[in-house]
Amino acid sequence: MSETSTPSRREFLKTGALVTGGLVIAFTVPGARRFAQAERAPAGPFMPNAFLRVGADDTVTVLLPHSEMGQGIWTTLPMLIAEELDADWSRIRVEHAPAAPAYAHTAFGMQMTGGSSTTWSEFDRCRQAGAMARAMLVAAAARRFSVEPLACRTENGAVISGGKRARYGELAEAASKLPVPKTVPLKDPKDWKIIGKPTKRLDTPEKITGRAQFGMDVQFDGLLTALVARPPVFGGKVKTLDAAKARAVPGVRAVVQVPSGVAVVADHFWAAKLGRDALQVEWNLGPHAKLDTARLHAEFRRLAGTKGLPAAQAGNVEVALGKASKMVDAEYAVPYLAHAPMEPLNCTVRISPSKCEIWTGTQFQTVDQQVAAKITGLKPEQVEIHTTFLGGGFGRRATPTSDFVSEAVQVAKAAKAPVKTVWTREDDVHGGYYRPAYVHRARIGLGGDGMPTAWHHTLVGQSIVAGTPFEPMMVKNGIDATSVEGVADSAYLKSVPHHRVDLHSPKTGIPVLWWRSVGHSHTGFVMESLIDELAKAAGKDPVEYRRALLKGHPRHLAALNLAAEKAQWGTPAPKGRGRGIAVHESFGSYVAQVAEVSVEKNVIRVHRVVCAIDCGVAVNPEAVRAQMESGISFGLSAALHSALTFKDGRVQQSNFHDYRVLRLNEMPVVEVHIVPSTEKMGGVGEPGTPPIAPAVANAVAALTGQRLRELPLRLSATA
Amino acid sequence: MKLTINGAQREVDAPSDMPLLWVLRDLLGLTGTKFGCGIAQCGACTVHLDGAPRRSCVTPVSSAEGKKITTIEGLSSDGSHPVQRAWAELDVVQCGYCQSGQIMSAAALVVAKPDPTDADIDAALSGNICRCGTYQRVRAAVHRAAELRTSA
Repeated sequence: MSETSTPSRREFLKTGALVTGGLVIAFTVPGARRFAQAERAPAGPFMPNAFLRVGADDTVTVLLPHSEMGQGIWTTLPMLIAEELDADWSRIRVEHAPAAPAYAHTAFGMQMTGGSSTTWSEFDRCRQAGAMARAMLVAAAARRFSVEPLACRTENGAVISGGKRARYGELAEAASKLPVPKTVPLKDPKDWKIIGKPTKRLDTPEKITGRAQFGMDVQFDGLLTALVARPPVFGGKVKTLDAAKARAVPGVRAVVQVPSGVAVVADHFWAAKLGRDALQVEWNLGPHAKLDTARLHAEFRRLAGTKGLPAAQAGNVEVALGKASKMVDAEYAVPYLAHAPMEPLNCTVRISPSKCEIWTGTQFQTVDQQVAAKITGLKPEQVEIHTTFLGGGFGRRATPTSDFVSEAVQVAKAAKAPVKTVWTREDDVHGGYYRPAYVHRARIGLGGDGMPTAWHHTLVGQSIVAGTPFEPMMVKNGIDATSVEGVADSAYLKSVPHHRVDLHSPKTGIPVLWWRSVGHSHTGFVMESLIDELAKAAGKDPVEYRRALLKGHPRHLAALNLAAEKAQWGTPAPKGRGRGIAVHESFGSYVAQVAEVSVEKNVIRVHRVVCAIDCGVAVNPEAVRAQMESGISFGLSAALHSALTFKDGRVQQSNFHDYRVLRLNEMPVVEVHIVPSTEKMGGVGEPGTPPIAPAVANAVAALTGQRLRELPLRLSATA
Repeated sequence: MKLTINGAQREVDAPSDMPLLWVLRDLLGLTGTKFGCGIAQCGACTVHLDGAPRRSCVTPVSSAEGKKITTIEGLSSDGSHPVQRAWAELDVVQCGYCQSGQIMSAAALVVAKPDPTDADIDAALSGNICRCGTYQRVRAAVHRAAELRTSA
């Protein structure tokens, strides 16, 4: 048993009295306040900020401080609690927690889900919550049995001492009246029964029967549905509005102007849609009416040849480049991308004089709460957020502006009625907050041994964080860390004595946002493609070349070697196929992938992907595997299909027919291998995405000789 | 108009060209059928009309009159349909939003082709987009559902 310190007494809020016959455990763990401005001091004598509730019926209800959006934390976090609680797994229930300071992220200081951080950031807090509940239940049982707590043990939802046994449900009320222990022992990892065991998802029953409630599914008496007509160009404003025809559509109740456009409020979606179609709006297009991605691309390319702000440097790169015996000079590019979660954005709002209730699938409860408070004139604690399941997030439901929540609050306020604001797929594709387009230019000098001696890397693309409340924490000396992550901190660059990373962060008027794996979504592609280019220039095997560069990086090497071994790297690929490899660290995890591809009539087909990951302790190996499959599929959409382009200020794509994503017939066989590891924990939601595009590009190069430096990958017509 | 949904008669007051999807969701409260694209590109809205899979987002409600409409809610009362059992066994779902549509497409497939090949699965389910990338498990679960169905 290891001792762990727990929060001081006053930080605990015992709220058992408010849950009849149950025990509620709640506390806050002070963490690094990375987003300190988003913090509010806990207010009031009671807040329902519990992490778990033990019911008289023996159920253990976990209140999830993070949002379930597919990544499986609905199961993983309860595993942490149940491990220490010795709970009966069949009696675990899960709910999303309300929005409250007690649920702030232990590292980031606000309630949020992102950065592939849920499991590692909750690893201690959830285990402590479970251990604390267990200690109190044991104390209650010891009193009942008239024995010392040390004479009791716990198993499967019960306390046992000698021949005596009491279920947690029987002890809950007595336990809720006991003092909260100052310290709780946590299990030694060798005693874990649940952590590390592949565990099936707890949300499956409701998700296979249609019962699971997503934001889109929220319904109650009197709720209206709104669609918003937004300007066709970012930054546009309503010039003239004629709503007569829209108002005449049966079922339309109101047409109201909001800061983002014109909302048509109706009895149901279909009436709102017909009403919106009937609106006659003239727009002032504003300064971005000429926005054109072909022109932007040319400008980014020009900037890539100029000096930017330094994001990393060592030695004297220009001098060293001059002495190199071989040069690789390459330019890479990736487009703007929409997240396109399957559930289009939506948010339901009901405002009363004393509170604002919000039902939505969100990754950013604290920000939403503050934004809604500002619009309604209420206090943040008067904004109640009911987090539903998220029909995919991928970053889109974590906007620093709370765009879709703030708009819905504006609509409900203007309509003076409870309203669900719904986006169509076209609204989602046109609605901004995209993965920014990037151009990279790299000039790399190799020494006589083929290894890089000088590396000059310039990135050009919009900053995600600039202009948001996160700027003071995440932009240093003009460098947005998310723009250069994966390059400036690359393990490869550490072995290159002379290097320099330059960054240009042009402003374009296009709203940009974190998109699954953020900066790594482009830097992984570029770095891992470049390494293959260097290996080729050096005449070396790509795996051997990486091994030589990654000496001193054992976690990279472990993932690389495991993937290479399982993919039988070094043996001939099946006839007509090529293999490519990539290894990339992101969000604290190390992922290597080997892709096996074929090319027919210039169409790239990915047949098989062998993936290895070191994420530290894999709390739920089944969830880790699922997230690798998921990250690979998401990355393949970008590698093979997706791109957003602008002409005359307008996005040229609108729905899944022209904003293409991976479909079932294109899904490769994915094999996932988990490196046995007790190293520092990393995430799993995002790290599966960065290596797949370069692994595929490297495989295509191995097979065809064509080095593709742009996403989506397009072979030139030669065959 | 009168509709037969999951074996029950339902009376709705809706314009004849209103998509079945919105009649199900907004007028009848059957929210298991999902809205994903509105143009029959993603399959999230898949229901059965007389046993055949249909994209309800582009199906005018009038064309469903007189047909047996089955939604995810009507597939089984308790998740015991072989496709649902296979889905649970293989831990298919992630965010879950597309899964009603995936399951409805799969349920129609295993009736039409009791022992579907991978090519059959490609043909029947490539119209159902999943952004979480559960495709590999969807494929395995369709095969498993076919087994469960024939062994039942």
